[in-house]
Amino acid sequence: MDFLNSILVKPFADMFGAPDFLLQVLWEGLVSGVLYALIALGFVLIYKSSRIFNFAQGIMVVFAALTLVGLHEKGVPALLAVPLTLLVMFILAVAIERVVLRPLVNQPDIILFMATIGITLFLVGFGEIIFGGENKVMITQELHIPTGSFEFEPFGGFVSIEQKDLTAVVGAIVLVAGLLLFLNKSKMGRAIRALGDDHQAALSVGISLSTIWVLVWFIAGVIALATGIVWGARAGVSFALEVIAFKALPVLMLGGLESVLGAIIGGLAIGVLEKLFEIYWGQPLLGGNTETWFAFVFALLVLLFRPQGLFGEKIIERV
Amino acid sequence: MLYRTAGQFKTSYHADHALFPVRQDAILLGFILLLAFVVFPLTASEFTFRAMLIPVLIYALAALGLNILTGYAGQLSLGTGAFMGVGAYACYKLTSIFPELNIVLAIALSGFFSAAVGVAFGLPSLRIKGFYLAIATLAAQFFLVWLFEKWAWLYNYSASGAIQVPNIDMFGVTVAGPNATAIVQYYFVLCVVCLVTWFAINITRGRIGRIWKSVRDMDIAAELVGINLMKAKLSAFAVSSYIVGISGALFVFLWRGAAEPVLFDIPLSFRVLFIAIIGGLGSILGNYLGAILIVALPVVISALPSALGIPIASATVEHLNTMIVGALIIVFLIVEPHGLARFWAIIREKLIMWPFPH
Repeated sequence: MDFLNSILVKPFADMFGAPDFLLQVLWEGLVSGVLYALIALGFVLIYKSSRIFNFAQGIMVVFAALTLVGLHEKGVPALLAVPLTLLVMFILAVAIERVVLRPLVNQPDIILFMATIGITLFLVGFGEIIFGGENKVMITQELHIPTGSFEFEPFGGFVSIEQKDLTAVVGAIVLVAGLLLFLNKSKMGRAIRALGDDHQAALSVGISLSTIWVLVWFIAGVIALATGIVWGARAGVSFALEVIAFKALPVLMLGGLESVLGAIIGGLAIGVLEKLFEIYWGQPLLGGNTETWFAFVFALLVLLFRPQGLFGEKIIERV
Repeated sequence: MLYRTAGQFKTSYHADHALFPVRQDAILLGFILLLAFVVFPLTASEFTFRAMLIPVLIYALAALGLNILTGYAGQLSLGTGAFMGVGAYACYKLTSIFPELNIVLAIALSGFFSAAVGVAFGLPSLRIKGFYLAIATLAAQFFLVWLFEKWAWLYNYSASGAIQVPNIDMFGVTVAGPNATAIVQYYFVLCVVCLVTWFAINITRGRIGRIWKSVRDMDIAAELVGINLMKAKLSAFAVSSYIVGISGALFVFLWRGAAEPVLFDIPLSFRVLFIAIIGGLGSILGNYLGAILIVALPVVISALPSALGIPIASATVEHLNTMIVGALIIVFLIVEPHGLARFWAIIREKLIMWPFPH
């Protein structure tokens, strides 16, 4: 009875006993959810257009952030460093398409997946040689990201919202809106979606596979840079950031591998739920640190009922 | 010329289905076994045993387990490291609860624990397919490693949170723990690996193996011809996790000597997956070739600069190593996506035809 009480009643009593704290937890969860959604978005774009499960998205985030900070350390002004980093990401996209993807066209999915793990390892080693393995500080101030915090006192309590988190959320919304507009309205965006629907049909109407792949990997690089700036401002820039790529995987499961909307909703849901679970169930009952697995187990349970994720394309199987 | 098959006539179906339809294959295998059982132990140094021979065998065994699941039954798994951990922790608990238990028995039993966990986490495979399943196996990976860390009973409430292998004797010889000699451990691992390989070759050639392959190639078609998908997939998970669990127990007891939960984290899973894929999915031989490449290569690369007299900081060597392994994975995938085993198959084909082109 006591056990059931501690699982089913006490957490909710805690939640409504201190609504200001609950609000704070929800906000924190929402912010990390935005980041998960951004990384998942990079995955979804590449998966949609090429059926490649791009494991390298996490390291691309680290690599973009490191390049930005590294360039600034070399004396490049912050606002110039951003376009230069984008240039580096573009070169990376071209290199990946030329060296890795082009020779592997039409190989089984798992081979391409392994190739992206190869890319990950290569970039880890390469990045560590160039930038060193130590933790770096994101150039928040130089990029004119506000650093103060707003404080509220709802329900007679206290909630603090950091301005850089708010900037991150607004920035992410702008980025996603821009991306959706691009995918749905522009000619290139339509070409990307056409390629996602059917490679051969798209090729036969004159869509260039290699151009689109470079473009898609570049967009993934842009998203990676945005994610890197936001996450770096919160936790510093280091190779430990790479693990957040794993956080995007359950988001993908939950939202569906092909769905942009799914990535966003899945990201937010997982960000909020894992925070709530950790604070109200994980820490008091399970010894904490449940954030490493909660998202996966949750996504797994959802998947048992919807095998293609919440928003994924319906799986039709033929013999 | 060396591989000429002329004159080797098969007079019965039985002979045609034999394990070695070509006599030279059997001779080659005998030669390799001779090398492994006699030549290496006579010539290798303590360092070679600990840094190359034992890890190659253990990793090959883990990759063999994964290959049964991924290469034969077509279920992609990213949780191998955690299943190795289950084997290791089960073996540790067995030896500390029953100190009198024979180590061979303890390792064999610990495989059953990881098989059970494997089946439990394999259940979603009945609903989920492809990459969704791969991510689902990551749930096992992260959850189990978390459990190794938080469940103090597993590591006997030791303050460090790590498990330490005690000295274990078998027939008066120390086989595990700090007092064991490398050569004894090598022979122990070699015998287990040979036994499991023999088992794996036969199971994949037989009825179950064919069922697995049909499920891999197209599971709906397999279901239509009357194959029970649930039995097929779960048996693949069970056999695979059993072998992986044994390799995990060997990994800690006969090689590392101690382990903490981080050891079984995702890099281990990926390393085993690399070995299976670079070696060749759906092949037994490939696991050994892949393990030799992935395990021995970093050792060679780290030893190279000092051997050539080039002064490079050890941290840089490590980073270079990561980079080179990453690049090599890509190169191998591009050159031969079917792995090193296919390379050998092509070479063998050419040798049989030689000196004619086809």
